[in-house]
Parts: sequence; C-alpha cells; structure tokens
Amino acid sequence: MTTLTMGKALTAGLHRAMADDAQVLVMGEDIGRLGGVFRITDGLLDEFGPARVIDTPLAESGIVGTAVGLAMRGFRPVVEIQFDGFVYPAFDQIVCQVAKLHYRTRGRVTMPLTIRIPWAGGVGAAEHHSESPEAYFVHTAGLRVVAVSNSQDAYMMLRQAIASDDPVVFFEPKRLYHTKGEVDLDLDIADAAPMGLARVVREGTDVTVVTYGAQVTTAMDAAVAAEDDGISIEVIDLRALSPVDYRTVAASVRKTGRVVVTHEAGGEAGVGAEIIASVTEQCFHYLEAPPLRVTGHDIPYPPAKLEKQHLPDLDRILDAVDRVMDRPHSLSVSGLTGVEL
Amino acid sequence: MYTLTTRDTTTTSDEAARLLTPEGHRVSDPRLDPWVADVGADVLRGLYRDMAIVRRMDAEGVALQRQGHLGLWAPAQGQEAIQVGTARACRPDDFLFPSYRELGVTIVRGGTPADLVLSWRGEVHSTYDPYELHLATPQIIIGAQSLHAVGYAMGIQRDGGGQVAVAYFGDGATSQGDVNEAMVFASSFGAPVVFVCSNNHWAISEPVTVQSRFPIAGRAQGFGIPSLRVDGNDVLACTAAMRWALDHARRGEGPVFLEAVTYRMGPHTTSDDPTRYRNAEELEKWRARDPLTRLEAYLRNTGDIDDDILADIAREADVLTGRMREAALTAVTRPAIEVLDDVYAEPHSGIDRQRARFSAYLDSLDADADADADDAAEVAR
Repeated sequence: MTTLTMGKALTAGLHRAMADDAQVLVMGEDIGRLGGVFRITDGLLDEFGPARVIDTPLAESGIVGTAVGLAMRGFRPVVEIQFDGFVYPAFDQIVCQVAKLHYRTRGRVTMPLTIRIPWAGGVGAAEHHSESPEAYFVHTAGLRVVAVSNSQDAYMMLRQAIASDDPVVFFEPKRLYHTKGEVDLDLDIADAAPMGLARVVREGTDVTVVTYGAQVTTAMDAAVAAEDDGISIEVIDLRALSPVDYRTVAASVRKTGRVVVTHEAGGEAGVGAEIIASVTEQCFHYLEAPPLRVTGHDIPYPPAKLEKQHLPDLDRILDAVDRVMDRPHSLSVSGLTGVEL
Repeated sequence: MYTLTTRDTTTTSDEAARLLTPEGHRVSDPRLDPWVADVGADVLRGLYRDMAIVRRMDAEGVALQRQGHLGLWAPAQGQEAIQVGTARACRPDDFLFPSYRELGVTIVRGGTPADLVLSWRGEVHSTYDPYELHLATPQIIIGAQSLHAVGYAMGIQRDGGGQVAVAYFGDGATSQGDVNEAMVFASSFGAPVVFVCSNNHWAISEPVTVQSRFPIAGRAQGFGIPSLRVDGNDVLACTAAMRWALDHARRGEGPVFLEAVTYRMGPHTTSDDPTRYRNAEELEKWRARDPLTRLEAYLRNTGDIDDDILADIAREADVLTGRMREAALTAVTRPAIEVLDDVYAEPHSGIDRQRARFSAYLDSLDADADADADDAAEVAR
C-alpha cells in the first residue's frame, strides 16, 4: 500500500494506463508542459512525449470531436475538460457523436473515450468552476458515468474507464484532490472490483444513505454523528452513476427500510430522483418511510461565499435522517407537515 | 501556397478555377493542368459514367420517397462533379467523412444500392462497415464530422499510415463552431486532412450570403490553410484540385481547403419546397452549367463518347437503380427486441434490465395472440 492524494492517484492511474497500452493518449488544455491546472497529468509529457500528451487549442468541442476521430483510428483518448462548467461547448459532440456512434454503426465503431472532468464545489472557486452536470450525461444513453470518492478508486477506476470499450464520463471531485488515502498500486485490473459496482462503505441497520463523489465523506461524517443518537446509518458509495448498481442499493434498502440520497447537484430530474424512483419501484413494500433527497438547491451555482448554503452538509443529511426515522426534524419543529414541501 | 484567385469579394462570385467551360471547352489553368496531364478519354468516360449513375440513383431515391418507400431523401442533383471528382482522386485507404448529401461519394467508395436506401427508409441508422469502405457513416449534425476527420488525421500522423482524411460539408456548415475548430486544430497540428466544402448556395432556405459575406475559400487563409475556389460543376477541375490537395496533405504539408462552387438543383430534402424561397431564373442559370452535359459536350467534341456508350451507361444505371428499388421494397424490419442492441460495447446492467422487461412484455403479447388463436379455433369447432 502507498499513501497518495487523490490527485496523485489519478496521475498514477494515467501513467499506468499509458505504460500498459501504447494506444492510450491524453489531450486537453494545459495538460502538457503545465501538467494540467490541477497537475493531474504532471510528468506525462516528459515520460511519453508530445505525440501522446497533446496540448490542444482552447475549444472543448474540438477536443472531444478530434478524440472521436482518434478513436476511429484505433486510439484510446483520455480527454481532460479543464473544469466542470467548461464541458458544455463539447455537449453536442458527447451526446450526438460519442454516445451514439456505437449504436449508429451497429457496433462496428467503438468509442473507447474517457472524458475526465474535475468536478463539483466546495473549493471557493469562480463561477463555472464548481458545477455538478452529471445528470445530463446520466440521461444520455450510450455513455457510462462514474464518480470517484477516494484515492484507491481514483487510481483503479481511471484505469478501468480507459480500458473500457465504451465511452466513460469520469468525474473527479476537486474538493478531494489533496485528500490522502491508501492505494494498492500493484492491484491487477482483473482482480479489482468492476467499475460499475457500488460499495457499502459503512454498514448500518436503520437508514441507507446513498451518495457519490465528495459527498461520501460528508455522509460518513453524518453516520458517525448519528451513532451518538443511537441511529445506525449504512452508507453506499455509488461509484457508477450510469448504470447504477441497483442490486447493492436495493439490498440495503430492503434491510434498512429507509433511504436518503444526497448529492451536490440540484434535485430536479437529478440522479437522486432517478434512484428514489427505481428504489421505490423495486422496494416499495420494504419502505418504512418516504425516501428523501438532500441536494443542492435548484439554483445556478452560487458565489463562493454562499456555497456553504448550497452544498448539503452533515446537518442537512442528519435532518433528513431524523425525518425518515420519524424523529423531530426541521419541518416538524417549524410546524410544517412536509407534505406540501 | 495557393492564394484566393477572386478579385470579387462577394460570396456569390462565379469566379473559380476551371478546366471545362459550361459549353464543354477545355481551358487552361496553370495551377490545375499539371494534376490532370495524365487524364485521357478512358478516365473522363469513367467520370462521366460515375456521374450519370449518381444522377440516376439520386432520381430513383426521390422517386422511392415519393412513392412512400423511403422516409426521406436528400437529393444531390447538380453536385455530382464534386462528389465523383474528389472521391475518385482519393486512395482506397484514405478515410472520408461525408455529410448526408454525399451520395456520390458513397457510390464511388463501393457502397451498394442497398446502402443508399436502408437508412433513408428508417430500417437502420447506417449500413456499410466504415472500416471496409474507409468511409464514415454520413453525418447529419451539420459540420460535426469535420472534427472527426481532423482527429483521424492526427491519428495518421501518430501511426504513420500515409493516408489522408477528407471532410465533406456544405456552405452552411462553415458557420458552425465545429468546422472552425476543425480548421484551428488541423492548422495547429499540420494534420493531413482535406476540407471539401460544397458551396451549393443554399442551406435549406438560407442563401450562402447569410453564412458568409466573403468567398468561403478565403476564410481558410485566416487559419493558415491554403485554399482553392474551384468550379464544382467541372469534374476535371475537381479532380485536379483534389489531387493537388491530397498530394499536399500526404507530403506532410498540412491541411488544404477546397471550396467547390456548385448549386443544389433540387430541394434540401424531399420534405422541402424551394419554390417558397428561390426563383426559376436562378435554377435555369445553373442548369446551363450542368456537370454532365458539360462533360458530354466535351467528349462528343473529341469523339470519345457517342449514343451507344451513353446507352450502355444508362443500362448499367438502370440495373443499379433496380437493385435500389428491390432493396427498399424487400427490406425486412428487424425484430422488436433488437431496438435495444448495440447501445454499449460491453455488458450493461441497465440495458439488460430493460431487455428482460421488454422481452417479457413481447412474450406476453405472443401469449395473448396464441390464446386468441386457441379461442378462435375452439369457436370454429
């Protein structure tokens, strides 16, 4: 085991994938000499040269569109979108081309692209630098979508995403780039848990809290805090947002009978909405309380000084836990039933 | 480097490099002549044959749509010279990225009559194997394929294939960000790609002046890409220009941009009504510049084509259109469950779940039908 920050674990994963397969190349803005604005591609230019580490013009549609052509030529491009809020110019190429080419050509053309996106908030950034656009990609058939929450997954899931013959949108919570964790650098890709499997990161019996990305840390903190009140929370890290591993989620909900989903993105037509709809379909007769979402507000991402009011924190998660446990909670204390809210 | 030849800085200028006049006279152009010095009567007859077949199959596509056998058709009438001339100039292993109107490119690259109709009929999104024909699936999103061609060309630079990628698009596409980004990437990386812009003067109802107030070939200069404005209804000039462009790219000199000036004689698609936005005089002006009659006049003057040869070509075209019609009329729609096929390359739990549900639903319909049949048999007894 080696202790690495998530950022360094991602670098190690990229390095390993490039060393293992000469068809893998990385491309994006400032990823060469600078090593990327987050330094995730640090050292790759020196090691693998400019033919495989490509500093591109500042045009996201151009980056993804040329990656499509490179994939058609047999390469495995790993694209870096500099920030979450910069992915939209590439949206057409991702949705209309990357996602659809395999279906369009009845399997003759594969799109083994990995689209890395430094993602989400909590770092006090400028506008367009803290967004959570995952639901757009989850909604798009033909893409796989994953979000990592720790160094080990960052290292291994990036390798798995690159090895996948399907396009993968790979979300990296920038809030965790400097968080350290243990990484098994020698783990064989064949022995690792598949990229699509969710993980129960903490077992519990009363409430299932489903989340992903940096929110996993917040949910774990909430679970520890709830212990003091004698509430046992099971925390599930989804890892894959598309497709979701409903087997793991449903097994947990059948056990606890209560479910709370939390994410930074707004709730409307979001990942949490989909998970709760599916869990309700699959586990209706096991539910002891209405499933709840704890999400960002349905607002444009707020200015940095207000982002704490937007991001669902430990207390907001615990408030929802109280609600599904039928304990006093914010709405009952306020005299509101919650039915109309 | 070639420079723009026109002195007239309006988009609708007729000035373009030419080797055959609309009346069929061979004229000299010092830039183009060397590239077709070896082109004799056989090659010209072959180009005529290709164009005649494209025109006949295109007309059949329109007819099949009018008769209800196809959902839609995007006619290429008037644009045969660009499509045939440029595609014939390519090596078999060059990779071409067409738009939906490049019917002639598909035919030249070896697409079958069935390939032309099954997607317009709505049976499949695409037919042929792109890697077999070295031809991407026709692109419907305007200009998106230009980036794919550049990326493919960047791949050629990396594995040393010696091929060239070719991006086809129209005048409307030149307003798209993707085409402009494609030119930036191609120029910055010196990618071996040829941009072939068919300026057919109309993007559905919008004249080319809405897309550009300057000859489109002139834009390439600003990207550092050599360009040429060529008469798109002159198959010999299109051949010469494309040979020059391919040679330039293949030698590692970077991208080239060709603007082939032509005219969309038909509607945008069979759903369009061009009488609402353009006049008959314009159409007649361009009919007089037709690419087929021009080459036929030239070959008759030189004694290299006659009625017998034309009749042979017509018979050959009839056989091919017969196969198109047969493919459309005998098409068998795929089984319902196949709607879920090929979304992903690897197993996917979401698709598996939907397949299981839809399969059960389809089976229940079969079971209902069987039960109904049993009831009917019972009543009959």
